[in-house]
Amino acid sequence: MANAHDSSPERPAILDRVRPAELPRSPLILNNRGFHWITDKVCAIVEEPTPLWWKVTFAAALFIASFTFVGLGYLVSTGTGAWGLRSPVGWGWAIVNFVFWVGIGHAGTLISAILCLLRQKWRTSINRAAEAMTIFAVCCAGLFPLFHVGRVWFAWWLFPIPNQNGIWPQFRSPLEWDVFAVSTYFTVSTLFWYMGMIPDLGTIRDRATTWWRKAFYSLLAMGWRGGNRQWSNFEMAYLLLAGLSTPLVLSVHTIVSFDFAVSNVPGWHTTIFPPYFVAGAIFSGFAMVLTLMLPLRAIYRLHDVINQYHIDNMCKIILATGTMVGYAYATEFFIAAYSGNSFEKFAFVNRAFGQYSWAYWIMVSCNVITPQLFWFKKVRENHSLVWIICLFVNVGMWFERFVITITSLANDYLPSSWGYYSPTIVDIFTFFGTFGFFSVLFLLFVRFLPLLPMAEVKMVTPQADPHAH
Amino acid sequence: MNERNERIHGVACTFRQVSDVFHAAEQVRDAGWKNWDVHTPFPIHGMDQAMGLPRSPVPRLTLLGGITGFITGCLLTWYMNSYDYPLIVGGKPYWSVIFPFPVIYECTILFAAFGTFFGQFIFNRLPHHHHPLFDLPQFSRVSDDTFMIVLEARDPQFHLDESRNFLLSLGGQEITVIRD
Repeated sequence: MANAHDSSPERPAILDRVRPAELPRSPLILNNRGFHWITDKVCAIVEEPTPLWWKVTFAAALFIASFTFVGLGYLVSTGTGAWGLRSPVGWGWAIVNFVFWVGIGHAGTLISAILCLLRQKWRTSINRAAEAMTIFAVCCAGLFPLFHVGRVWFAWWLFPIPNQNGIWPQFRSPLEWDVFAVSTYFTVSTLFWYMGMIPDLGTIRDRATTWWRKAFYSLLAMGWRGGNRQWSNFEMAYLLLAGLSTPLVLSVHTIVSFDFAVSNVPGWHTTIFPPYFVAGAIFSGFAMVLTLMLPLRAIYRLHDVINQYHIDNMCKIILATGTMVGYAYATEFFIAAYSGNSFEKFAFVNRAFGQYSWAYWIMVSCNVITPQLFWFKKVRENHSLVWIICLFVNVGMWFERFVITITSLANDYLPSSWGYYSPTIVDIFTFFGTFGFFSVLFLLFVRFLPLLPMAEVKMVTPQADPHAH
Repeated sequence: MNERNERIHGVACTFRQVSDVFHAAEQVRDAGWKNWDVHTPFPIHGMDQAMGLPRSPVPRLTLLGGITGFITGCLLTWYMNSYDYPLIVGGKPYWSVIFPFPVIYECTILFAAFGTFFGQFIFNRLPHHHHPLFDLPQFSRVSDDTFMIVLEARDPQFHLDESRNFLLSLGGQEITVIRD
């Protein structure tokens, strides 16, 4: 079939006078790797004998995860006071950690859904791992509000399930909206992740040599045969799920921000919260993607699949969203000054110069100043430095939620009821443990499921184009 | 169809290049085949047109799911907060579409996603763990780097020898008969 672009009769006259500069697109897969190389590379991660680093890290992750479970066990048997929650600060680290982990998840959906709709082909190298990160981050996030309710055995009252008291959830509460938003987010992300994985699970099934491996992956692959009649429905469903996930991911952090913005606490009651939270979520999520992918890329030698172009793009998104977050910090101050509301003005002056100013300046330096280093190509090419900057971003975004939650509650309208909140050791253990819990889930994913979407990576190679010769 | 074909599922032939299988598919389409498929390790851009496939019906179930979700969200919040246990909050109406809108919105997306996800399974007839193709040794490479055209025996045009020759003329490499 002749390529329609070759024999176009209407060649613009300008092309006779000027010679356009050649601007080749950066290759997505380096060294012109073939389909079989991609299959081998990704399947080997699952098929090779369990590496030592994995066993050591997994054991360490399990140990760290135990801190969460011991912490939660202590909390349930004692009461939420064990979390350092008392008047006036009723939302301590639990809510900070919840918003932190939910935010981490957003980059995964951005990569899998929004970049899919925008036809950003570079997303294929990182989308599977980023989606896994989303799901596991939401698992960690969900723990905190679940146990924050106090009597966790009544947590099911949050769901519209008939109970003997004959009462129902109150749908006017943003906290109830959050239940729907986060559980929908978790469900849809899992469906999207699993559906995208089916063809790759089929590949692992077809290469399986032991019966248990064959049985396990056959079950998961659902009998996928890769017929184009199947691909046609699959691609349509994939596109639709991307289209559904896009408004979903924007709504989730919007609704998380409503938890704050719908109240009338100074510093919380602002209309900037939804876009500001969403930008911050994507910012922190991309930092987490790089934090996870840079070591994995080095361990599994994925340099051809995840190359400098991918890292550059992610760094630039971090730079863009970090700058948006910085702009939002500035806007908050301006609006507080402009509002003429003395409580609002105080809330912001207090954030920057009050008893929690140390947290505020950690936040600003990590979130606004460090990402500016990504303007420089030399920095983006130094992967150790990229990794360290991403850690700073993760720290900064945790402090952002700390500043928002704690400063407004500790110093609100009545000076007589002000206080100073400090976390307890139970808080610290529980939060520390969630990194272990997250790592346990992520390590299991790396070991047993396809880390990169093979089919999608193959699709963006030059030899996948039916009209290329 | 003659008796000999009864236990035959079809004829398969493999290709190594994307462009080869693409042009072969166009010829199978032009020859008027109905029951056939192109098995590939990844979706090939433009293959739907090359095979003459209609648009996928999955969006219908997405729409159905979305409408169901919207109605479910409205009914859920109306029944619980306004009908079964009406509660006056701030002197506002018992129910309006505004205050529970986030809940309705999430229900719409959730059910639409279910419609899409299960729609994909329904229209692809999955799960389907037993299929004659899985017995074919060459088929295990189709999820790796090989492309395969399968002409099925239930197509009225199918005749074992002629179909085999037809596939040969398309430039296929390895021709195999698939038995049920």
